[in-house]
Amino acid sequence: MQDVNTETGFIEAPPRVNEWRRFSRVFFQRKLVIFGLVVLTLMVISAIFAPWLAPYDPYVGNLDDSLAQPSWKYLLGTDIGGRDTLSRLIYGARTALIVGFVTTVSAAIVGTVLGLVAGFFGGIINMVIMRAMDALMGFPMLLLALLISAVLGSGIQNVIIALSVATLPGYARVMHGLTLSVRENDYIMAERAMGANNLRTMLSHILPNTLPPMIVLVTLQLGTIILAEAGLSFLGIGIRPPGAAWGSMVYDGYRFLISNPLLSFAPGLAIMLVVFAFNMVGDGLRDALDPRLRGIL
Amino acid sequence: MITYIIRRLFIGIIVLIIVTLIVFFAMRLLPGDPLTIFIGQQGASGTMSEAQKEALRHEYGLDKPIMMQYFSWFGGLFTGDLGPSIYYHEDVGKLLGKRFPITLHLGLLSFVIANLVGILLGLFAGIRRGTWIDATSTTLANIGITIPQFWLGILLIYSLGLKLHLLPIYGYTSPFDDLWMSTKQLIMPVACLAVTGMAFIARQTRSAMLEVIRQDYIRTAWSKGLTERSVIIVHALKNSLIPVITLMGLGLGMVFGGAVLVETVFAIPGIGRLLVNSVFAQDYVVVQSGTLVIAFIVIISNLLVDISYGWLDPRIRYG
Repeated sequence: MQDVNTETGFIEAPPRVNEWRRFSRVFFQRKLVIFGLVVLTLMVISAIFAPWLAPYDPYVGNLDDSLAQPSWKYLLGTDIGGRDTLSRLIYGARTALIVGFVTTVSAAIVGTVLGLVAGFFGGIINMVIMRAMDALMGFPMLLLALLISAVLGSGIQNVIIALSVATLPGYARVMHGLTLSVRENDYIMAERAMGANNLRTMLSHILPNTLPPMIVLVTLQLGTIILAEAGLSFLGIGIRPPGAAWGSMVYDGYRFLISNPLLSFAPGLAIMLVVFAFNMVGDGLRDALDPRLRGIL
Repeated sequence: MITYIIRRLFIGIIVLIIVTLIVFFAMRLLPGDPLTIFIGQQGASGTMSEAQKEALRHEYGLDKPIMMQYFSWFGGLFTGDLGPSIYYHEDVGKLLGKRFPITLHLGLLSFVIANLVGILLGLFAGIRRGTWIDATSTTLANIGITIPQFWLGILLIYSLGLKLHLLPIYGYTSPFDDLWMSTKQLIMPVACLAVTGMAFIARQTRSAMLEVIRQDYIRTAWSKGLTERSVIIVHALKNSLIPVITLMGLGLGMVFGGAVLVETVFAIPGIGRLLVNSVFAQDYVVVQSGTLVIAFIVIISNLLVDISYGWLDPRIRYG
């Protein structure tokens, strides 16, 4: 009896399109997405293998070669301390990726939990959480980061804390909206009728159904975070020299704009390429995962 | 409509109060006694006795319970009495009042240009989808979203200022003193500050246009025999601007955030530059008040956006 049931069930169902194949068809279709993936792969490789790839020490330079022009010895020239620009660029990829990923992951986790709890329980909990998020959103991101860094001081971990707090409300807001819409589905009501508790409903039923838009948001935010970190470092509040961060490299090079323009042109171009790559991959993910999100995220 | 406005205003006030709490406690509860910095500035850290410190603490009201400190600071916000700046030796209210118009001049100009150019780019990209106009506008928008504003500033300084000698590379002149000089000095900063907002607005307008021109009422408008201009402007653009207006509210915040960077690049003595310098000088009162003023402006303008949104789209009012 059981055999027959499953047999017919399979025969009557329409042929199932492989999810992965459907996803990859849309995702890999656009040339810009491929370009973004290539840039990101190169960046991850240079971040991981920085000590082997960089021709010189990024932190200690040779003062005899201070402000050298590009040559075969120093492909992109050197800065005031005689440090090789190319090596610093390669190590800068490490800084950018660490700040980008750690910030995004921590902000996304906290923001998701807050948005989920607020949307699920509603009422006073919702009011308190979401109004606090509105308040955080009232600060322009860079200013909130500035305020926090002012108190905590500079350095990589403080930049991460500052940018996480500044981007957290975005996740909470999107998650809140998604929770509200998913909560209305019949399967949630069925789950409740079967006696599932709050935690189980939230974690195994609401959360998985909000994942695609959250993944897209995280990817798109990575670019924004890297841009903001560059801004903070440019202001001298984020990661300071000799630490290798692209933003502070642009600032240092700015003083020698006439004689050594490459000093600030090169790291700026690196920032732009990486942010562009993250945005393209994010857009591609959005269209492949859920085209309806276009215009929302 | 009235209920909607009252509800939005009520929420807005709660948000503003939370903002003051965030700013106040961020500055007070984290390590670092403001007094230590003050003493350090006077260059007398070693020589001051405990009793003298206590007297100073009393003078600045730092010995009162934290909630009392909050309320007296909160009261000061309404009377404009924000206390003296430790670094600039000036009343903070006056200091902000001097710097603020400069940022406002730069910011508003960028804001208006970003929205006008952004909407036009998005509009033409939307109605001429797939043509070179669309391609150019989309490429510009992609560049605008990704380019670091401070880096664009440096590129402009290098090309237009240092190589071509077309524009002055730094400084600010009040338009009331010398309008021509003021305009020349502002061209590059405004371009940098406007580019990001312009890109976001262009993208949003384009996708909203594409959405709207597929609607039935647009087909009706065409079949009535209206001209293209009237279909696009009266029917399509008006309806596609609703999501764009939300973005404008966020755009104002981005202008203030970007001002911090752009004012640094072009040495413009606005509020952004003031905040960065105050962070270095550890002049917390200035950082605190400046951030607060900007957050207030952003929140109030978003409140206005919310209200206008309800007015433009009745579905939201009753939602």
